[in-house]
Amino acid sequence: MTQVAADVASYLKRRARWSPLEIAFWVFAFASIWLFPQKHLILTETAILALFALSLDLILGYAGIISLGQAAFFGLAGYFSGLVAKYGIINDPVLALICSGLVAALLGFVTSFLVLRGSDLTRLMVTLGVSLMLGEVANRYSSLTGGADGLQGVTIAPIFGRFAFDIYGHTAYVYCLVVLFICFLIARRIVYSPFGLSLRAVKGNALRAAAVAIPVNGRLVAIYTVSAFFAGIAGALLTQTTAFCSLDVLSLNRSADLLLVLIIGGTGYLYGGLIGAVIYKFMQDWIASLTPQYWQFWIGFMLVLIVLVGRERISGWNEALRTFLVQLASRVLGRKPALSAAAPDRG
Amino acid sequence: MPILETRELAKRFGGIMAAADVTLSVEKGARHALIGPNGAGKTTVINLLSGVLKPTAGRIFLEGRDITALDPHQRVRLGMARTFQINQLFLDLTPLESIGLAVAERLGAGADWWRRVGSRAMVTDEIADIVERFRLGDVMYERTAILPYGKQRLLEIALAFACRPRVLLLDEPAAGVPEAERYELLATIASLPADVTVLLIEHDMDLVFSFADRISVLVNGALFVEGAPADVARDPRVKAVYLGEELDG
Repeated sequence: MTQVAADVASYLKRRARWSPLEIAFWVFAFASIWLFPQKHLILTETAILALFALSLDLILGYAGIISLGQAAFFGLAGYFSGLVAKYGIINDPVLALICSGLVAALLGFVTSFLVLRGSDLTRLMVTLGVSLMLGEVANRYSSLTGGADGLQGVTIAPIFGRFAFDIYGHTAYVYCLVVLFICFLIARRIVYSPFGLSLRAVKGNALRAAAVAIPVNGRLVAIYTVSAFFAGIAGALLTQTTAFCSLDVLSLNRSADLLLVLIIGGTGYLYGGLIGAVIYKFMQDWIASLTPQYWQFWIGFMLVLIVLVGRERISGWNEALRTFLVQLASRVLGRKPALSAAAPDRG
Repeated sequence: MPILETRELAKRFGGIMAAADVTLSVEKGARHALIGPNGAGKTTVINLLSGVLKPTAGRIFLEGRDITALDPHQRVRLGMARTFQINQLFLDLTPLESIGLAVAERLGAGADWWRRVGSRAMVTDEIADIVERFRLGDVMYERTAILPYGKQRLLEIALAFACRPRVLLLDEPAAGVPEAERYELLATIASLPADVTVLLIEHDMDLVFSFADRISVLVNGALFVEGAPADVARDPRVKAVYLGEELDG
């Protein structure tokens, strides 16, 4: 192998290396199990929202597909996991979780062909349309779904037959956090693979991507399906941890909140959805404690502010902050930065 | 048998015939130039050949195989790659990553979703080869968006070359390249391997006549004259419609 080839290989691999900052993030996330035991209920919701936002980031941040219909996958899997538990079809929660994800992935695969062509606006409308249709179907078949009253009588068996869900959300939080972490690892693996790189190429320039033999549509179908799987896992987690599922899981609000989370956290670096979910949930909690009735006013206010200041500038802040933190961390730990976009050394 | 052939290829945009009955054949190993005044339909022909546009009528054959209905990426896999007149690059990626995409795709590693980028020596070795051949080593870690224009033009060709085409379609490779960076580009084009068949669209007559061994002239979407460079240069009809004074001088 020549020197240049060795440089090329090490440069390409460098991006996928874990940075100290990432490790710190996950250490802190798992430490929260012991650090904030009284906050487990909201942390559970946060972990679910984070996973849901991660699913949108995979298509929006990496493949450039904007969607207002992620709730379709979330809700379908939510109902599926509720129904299989209620009627005792799949009693093991982990197996039910995976099956729910696969059902959502199937819907994702089928509907992915609708988002292949067209502008952002077309995609917004098509994805919105699919989730509206699904919401109405759930409403219509209320004998099965419980309609406006929600799906009652769901009982979730203990995980692995040992860990029962409790009212404080301890089991639920650990369960959700572990599932989030596993899904994150898979997503991370995907985005740092040649497949993931080709998604960024498709997002950047689909015309050229096809001209270097990348099957653009095939790649979009694949990532849309994976994204639907993750969204489905998130939806199933919500049903399993609350033992309840209502029409709200399919609502437009849910998809719109998700965009908001990603706008707060930023897209295209995997942590945007996670960080955005933490900020969103805790801000919501904090504002709601100040003004229980009007908290949405402040959420709306912030949304306007963020959009006016501009996504570009915020992602610029993110970038600057990240670079700063990575450099800081690498100085403290005496390691080379891996996550940063800064120029690598020339060997 | 010609390596690339079109039969009565036509493309209509509304009322405008952008290409009309273009029957073209490019011999294996040729350096074939397609020239013509602005708006003659040269880029339309390239877009039809590469599959970006679907023809209104007519057929395209690559090595005897009818590829008219194939998608762009399938044509690349069969051995025909192109460059673009206006840069179509991955601005947020580095040249190294961009070339890597093309190489990985050709070696069947592009859909690999569980392996890390850069972990296959077969791919990285070839990336290194191409980076060196196109003299992109000094900028290979930079974001493509900030490269000098001449380097971007080189990367245009490098990306097509990384697909290891047997037929290479170059759409005005020297367009807009400043004089200082021009030599490097022309030298790179001249040093393309002889077994790669090249179909070149170009406005720069110096480049066309120094490079091509066969020239087709396109006027108003239709083939007008075809022949060896010397014959085309002498042809009075070509002089009249297009070359005129440029060649007299």
